[in-house]
Amino acid sequence: MHYANVIYILWIRQLKRYLRSRARLVSSVAQPLLFLVALGFGFGPIYAKAGGGDYITFLAPGIIAMSMLFTSMFGGIEVIWDKQFGFLKETLVAPVPRVVIMLGRTVGGATVAMVQGLVIFLVTLVVGFRPEITPALLFAPLVMFLMCMLFTALGTAIASRLNDMQAFPLVMNFLVMPMFFLSGALFPVDQLPRALAIAVRLNPVSYGVDGMRATLINVNHFGLSVDILALALTASVVIVIGALLFNKIEA
Amino acid sequence: MSKIIEVKNLVKKFKDFVAVDDVSFSVEKGQIFAFLGPNGAGKTTTIKMLTTLLDPTSGSIMLNGFDVMVNPNETRKSFGIIFQDPSLDTELTAFENMEFHAVLYGLGRKTMDDRIKELMELVELWDRKDELVKNFSGGMKRRLEIARGLLHHPAVLFMDEPTLGLDPQTRNHMWSYIKNLNEKEQITVFVTTHYIEEAEKVADRVAIIDHGKIVMQGTTTELKEATKTDNLEGAFLALTGRSIRPQDAGNDAMRLGARMWRR
Ligand SMILES: Nc1ncnc2c1ncn2[C@@H]1O[C@H](COP(=O)(O)OP(=O)(O)OP(=O)(O)O)[C@@H](O)[C@H]1O
Ligand SMILES: [Mg+2]
Repeated sequence: MHYANVIYILWIRQLKRYLRSRARLVSSVAQPLLFLVALGFGFGPIYAKAGGGDYITFLAPGIIAMSMLFTSMFGGIEVIWDKQFGFLKETLVAPVPRVVIMLGRTVGGATVAMVQGLVIFLVTLVVGFRPEITPALLFAPLVMFLMCMLFTALGTAIASRLNDMQAFPLVMNFLVMPMFFLSGALFPVDQLPRALAIAVRLNPVSYGVDGMRATLINVNHFGLSVDILALALTASVVIVIGALLFNKIEA
Repeated sequence: MSKIIEVKNLVKKFKDFVAVDDVSFSVEKGQIFAFLGPNGAGKTTTIKMLTTLLDPTSGSIMLNGFDVMVNPNETRKSFGIIFQDPSLDTELTAFENMEFHAVLYGLGRKTMDDRIKELMELVELWDRKDELVKNFSGGMKRRLEIARGLLHHPAVLFMDEPTLGLDPQTRNHMWSYIKNLNEKEQITVFVTTHYIEEAEKVADRVAIIDHGKIVMQGTTTELKEATKTDNLEGAFLALTGRSIRPQDAGNDAMRLGARMWRR
């Protein structure tokens, strides 16, 4: 009961911080919207001419996945902020196993990222995206949840080993951006050169993107069950590693 | 009386720099123990090792019967701490910070509500409880940290310069509250402070640390006798010299401490 309360209070803290930060709310909508409009309408005609169909329909699930990826990585990396502002110490000396603290943070960060994904979903509807209504749609929340848990935990794991915010752009530029661009969020992954195809296959974001497409527009590359399995497996491994690293934090 | 803290040959190195150098001491249950020393002496580093935040390079620590390194979870159930550095969530309100702490420490709803009100009144923040902490002044934040640290009643309470930057009224309130806790609930208090006269008033035992080594420990009277001085500050200066420490420039404690030694 105590641990459940602790997880709850950590969860609600993440949500409060998210809802209170206007700047974050605005920019978290602005960026995906920019991608949707610029890429969607910019590449739309070419994509249609190449026989791909409606690009916005293809792009929207990718952009929803993108915003969840960014938000959950950011939520995990917030550990560095808490280290610098000192709040982390308060949780590190608490009479609760650190794995509980780590889980509470991760569930909180993942929830924020899911809410974010939902908001962007609404935005895509405004821009003209129309999802396919099929039974697969029911699995969308699961794919979103797994993806958000995975990348919040990954952010937490990385931040556990870092001590200053200067490292943040490094993580963004050398990890998050490549993972995003090599995920098939922006382009179909069916006919890629071999090296690129391997990179896509090894990249966990690809399965999130593919899962979103499978559930929202009933189109996929790996298959929904493969996506869910891959996400669940990587998420479990990363959560365990994250918990181990979090347990070793010194302050 | 039984020993509630027992530290043996504790060493902490940061690369080649020895911050805590073979420190041994013990604290009896129910005592108020003052850990004094100039800036950079190694007080905070020692406290961090005692509270599971830093792994020692070598040595052993027993706290409330638990080996701190072997059993960090049980150790954490035994102490509370008021940190020297800020540790509030400034994006939350004062009340939310208190509530967060109360939940972390598993206080029941009734105890939680009663104590939060009592302590926030003690530090005169109750009427501002719903304001975001980021809008508080430095002193108000400090008062909130103290109120939060006193929410649960642990076996050992660590206070790392708790009164730094506080007005005399709040300092007095805080100390009478702590004295009361100490007497009624037998809570052991481990405190560092640069207000030496404060330590002289409350401490049952004092240890003085300098350059990572304990230079003397005993009761206030013993320290004064050994150094042939008539107050604790005199003893402190006799033991640690009059030069100002170069470390931690820019730190509030440093500036405050420096001013004190220049007198
Ligand atoms: N993480 C660290 N890495 C390197 N050196 C450190 C680290 N933490 C502390 N030190 C050094 O260890 C020494 C002791 O620091 P500590 O914070 O324990 O001093 P203190 O006695 O608490 O001083 P103050 O009165 O200023 O709070 C200082 O020289 C400090 O610079
Ligand atoms: Mg200190």
